[in-house]
Amino acid sequence: MAQVSMTVNGKAASGDVEGRTLLVQFLRENLHLTGTHVGCDTSQCGACVVHVNGKAVKACTMLAAEAEGAEVRTIEGMANADGSLNTVQQAFQDHHGLQCGFCTPGMVMSASALLAENPNPTETEIRAYLEGNICRCTGYHNIVKAIMAAAGQDVSKIAAE
Amino acid sequence: MPKDHGIGASPKRREDLRFLTGTGNYTDDINLYGQLYVHFLRSDVAHGRLNKVDTTDAAAMPGVVRIFTGDDFAGVGGLPCGWQVTDKHGQPMQEPGHPVLAQGKVRHVGDPIAAIVADTYEQARDAAEAIVLDIEELPAVIDMKAAVQDGAPKVHDDLTSNLCYDWGFVEENKAATDEAFKNAAHVTTLELVNNRLVANPMEPRVAVGDYNRSTDESTLYTTSQNPHVIRLLMGAFVLGIPEHKLRVVAPDVGGGFGTKIFHYAEEAFCTFAARQLKRPVKWTSTRSEAFMSDAHGRDHVTKIELALDKDNNFVALRTETYANMGAYLSTFAPSVPTWLHGTLMAGNYRTPLIYVNVKAVFTNTVPVDAYRGAGRPEATYQLERVIDKAARELGVDPIKLRRQNFITQFPYATPVAVEYDTGDYVATMDKLEQIADLSGFEARRKASEAKGKLRGLGINCYIEACGIAPSNLVGQLGARAGLYESATVRVNATGSISVMTGSHSHGQGHETAFPQVIAEMLGIDESMIEIVHGDTAKGPMGMGTYGSRSLAVGGSAMVRATEKIINKAKKIAAHLMEASDADIEVKDGKFHVAGTDKSVAWGDVTLAAYVPHNYPLEDIEPGLEETAFYDPSNFTYPSGAYCCEVEVDPDTGRVTIERFSAADDFGNIINPMIVSGQVHGGIGQGIGQALLEGAVYDDNGQLLTGSYMDYAMPRASDVPFYTVDHSCVTPCTHNPLGVKGCGEAGAIGSPPAVVNAVIDALHSAGKTNVTHIDMPLSPNRVWAAMNA
Ligand code: FES
Ligand code: FES
Repeated sequence: MAQVSMTVNGKAASGDVEGRTLLVQFLRENLHLTGTHVGCDTSQCGACVVHVNGKAVKACTMLAAEAEGAEVRTIEGMANADGSLNTVQQAFQDHHGLQCGFCTPGMVMSASALLAENPNPTETEIRAYLEGNICRCTGYHNIVKAIMAAAGQDVSKIAAE
Repeated sequence: MPKDHGIGASPKRREDLRFLTGTGNYTDDINLYGQLYVHFLRSDVAHGRLNKVDTTDAAAMPGVVRIFTGDDFAGVGGLPCGWQVTDKHGQPMQEPGHPVLAQGKVRHVGDPIAAIVADTYEQARDAAEAIVLDIEELPAVIDMKAAVQDGAPKVHDDLTSNLCYDWGFVEENKAATDEAFKNAAHVTTLELVNNRLVANPMEPRVAVGDYNRSTDESTLYTTSQNPHVIRLLMGAFVLGIPEHKLRVVAPDVGGGFGTKIFHYAEEAFCTFAARQLKRPVKWTSTRSEAFMSDAHGRDHVTKIELALDKDNNFVALRTETYANMGAYLSTFAPSVPTWLHGTLMAGNYRTPLIYVNVKAVFTNTVPVDAYRGAGRPEATYQLERVIDKAARELGVDPIKLRRQNFITQFPYATPVAVEYDTGDYVATMDKLEQIADLSGFEARRKASEAKGKLRGLGINCYIEACGIAPSNLVGQLGARAGLYESATVRVNATGSISVMTGSHSHGQGHETAFPQVIAEMLGIDESMIEIVHGDTAKGPMGMGTYGSRSLAVGGSAMVRATEKIINKAKKIAAHLMEASDADIEVKDGKFHVAGTDKSVAWGDVTLAAYVPHNYPLEDIEPGLEETAFYDPSNFTYPSGAYCCEVEVDPDTGRVTIERFSAADDFGNIINPMIVSGQVHGGIGQGIGQALLEGAVYDDNGQLLTGSYMDYAMPRASDVPFYTVDHSCVTPCTHNPLGVKGCGEAGAIGSPPAVVNAVIDALHSAGKTNVTHIDMPLSPNRVWAAMNA
């Protein structure tokens, strides 16, 4: 067991972890931040995406110890200061970009990272960027649409509700 | 103006707020005080005799509390099967036992052998490695046709063979069907495989068992689409715990798609172990475990023949299917290739004679059961592929051939025992031709060809039987359960409403859509209505969510209970206004005396019900809470027409989906936004089946596709935006909302459209010798077919 300390959603957080403890386990089990999900054991699904020092990272591929001293942001830290949904979250709700909600935290974290890097992505760029995020429910239609809307694009011409 | 509330509106989903902020409550988010963790040691051979499981060293490892093996379950029931199919000779299917932990033999890779309970997962996993297994490996049977040969190794030694049943439907039609084939002007034959799939909801399965010593009550938290069904199966058949001492909770569930219907060994184990150890026991599946322990889907090998007369009318249809059951019978497995498949073989067409034969086979693979559509996608795929092939052989337009044979009169009794109440297949095809812009296809094909790509167009229709199901009918067909749904509408004193429904929501948006129905009936605001589901302690017996049944059956129960509420509330209102209850009308959240300006507000009536000072106590009881059970009188029959356009790269065989359009008739629609989302998701899964997904075993029964590294899930870049339309509406005639169900349509209707499109693309380049390619249409399969 070793001590790790980091900043999570703007607050100092620390705990005792084994060397093999993953960042996602530390977030879920030690900090009870259960919004970050685990959907696979081969780093493929993206349900666990968080931001570490501003970059999208799969929290299942990083040891908690490696995040020592880092700035971590999870889905719990994404809403506006008054608790309302931020632009990306709101776009997901407005455009029905989620169904069961299990992939959603990872999708929102990835989408936010994409928009930080590329504020006006094309449909193709969005689809390519989501390569590491699997959703089984939505067929991706409304996820891609929500991200385009979050970027301020007019999505009214895209088919369907 | 689109409506902004009530039936037909698309309010934003209220459940999204918790999911978007990380405050959902999935089963793995539940941790109980004093909780232990279980890890299952699973077989890594497909078939073997379990000579010895030596746990001595493992039991002494740090943190290990107890190790269970099959012996610990000697006096405990096995996992039950919920459907008994009768074979073509009138005999019951062969039904093997299914122990919670393997006893005597292991029968598939992933079969659980021992369960290690420890203080932490890591300790349990470490200890599993110290268990010494003596397994005598036996030859495995993987291929279905080989499995039913004489002398094949038997999956279950106590059965006569690996044949679960040989089913004929309708057996009385067989001779006439064979005769019609002899006299047919043209017969088209197609052999195909409906590929084995893994449902892969993004949330892996989880179970937490808890036991309360002071009350002798057990609670199971589990990732289930139907917690009441799990309580019944596990309580009555496996562990012998009466329902009043057993509570099953399915909180937020991260997708189901069928595979979370079934009762699994891990659920029974955690409940059992918590009672034994007097501490909570938790299991969280890894994705790798999910691949080898969640029931798989599809896996049919079929020969289908279509007979046509000289005018291209369909005169007879005959099929022979081998359906994989895997190593054990999962909860509803026997029903999928039979009653959910054979009854759909008429599709949208007038084919007077149909005979369906299905051989269900045991193999040394993971059990196979319902996956989104369950039997209906298999029926649609073979039918719509053989029609396309027939059109090519006859040199007629595939749309014209379909239109010519459409059923146009309703109700329509098919030769496969169901009666379609309503539909308009011409209308959905007309709509499809419009939204898919078929007239622009040739120009798009030219544009693709200019880029060096082949372009193909695929069309198909589908019919679904859902809203399952009339209990008396399914009882005759072998179901060991009823298929009604329940709802309790509890009106609180201040007028807010809690609705307890047996329809579990795991992505379908019930928490938003169901209140739209009740709000419309009562004229009150949707925000006053809360949907409560997923906890056997909170609502009456319910049958759960699958088979596109929640609105058609669960919604109908809700309507019936609300009607009872309205009847009683009218009596209270009449009393308050000193009028006759026959004169009371409900409008805009008020009770009016017809023809006067007298009214009382909803809240005054509800308050009177609970503070009955001025109340007709001699006539009616205080309180305002009603329960209804709704048992449907028929299935519902959504239908539609789908169109896919693909590009094929002739150099690599890679297929890309360029356009996808779906015109569906779901009957009446409560929330169009949610309906579109359901169709999108189904199409995404159908494209996955057609192009990418396939669970593959080698000859020894090793699962070659055991993770997302090898099992290709559809990703965002594999699919386009879809054009979906559900403006063609023929309301269901036999449920109060006129709804049909929309959850499975996309997955049923899309695979044949994709494959038809690829064949069309190849034919456009003169590859007319390619009449079929089996799914998934991977680049290497397509390339090989083109270059054969
Ligand atoms: S849990 Fe699947 S990528 Fe991290
Ligand atoms: S919303 Fe269910 S997996 Fe994406």
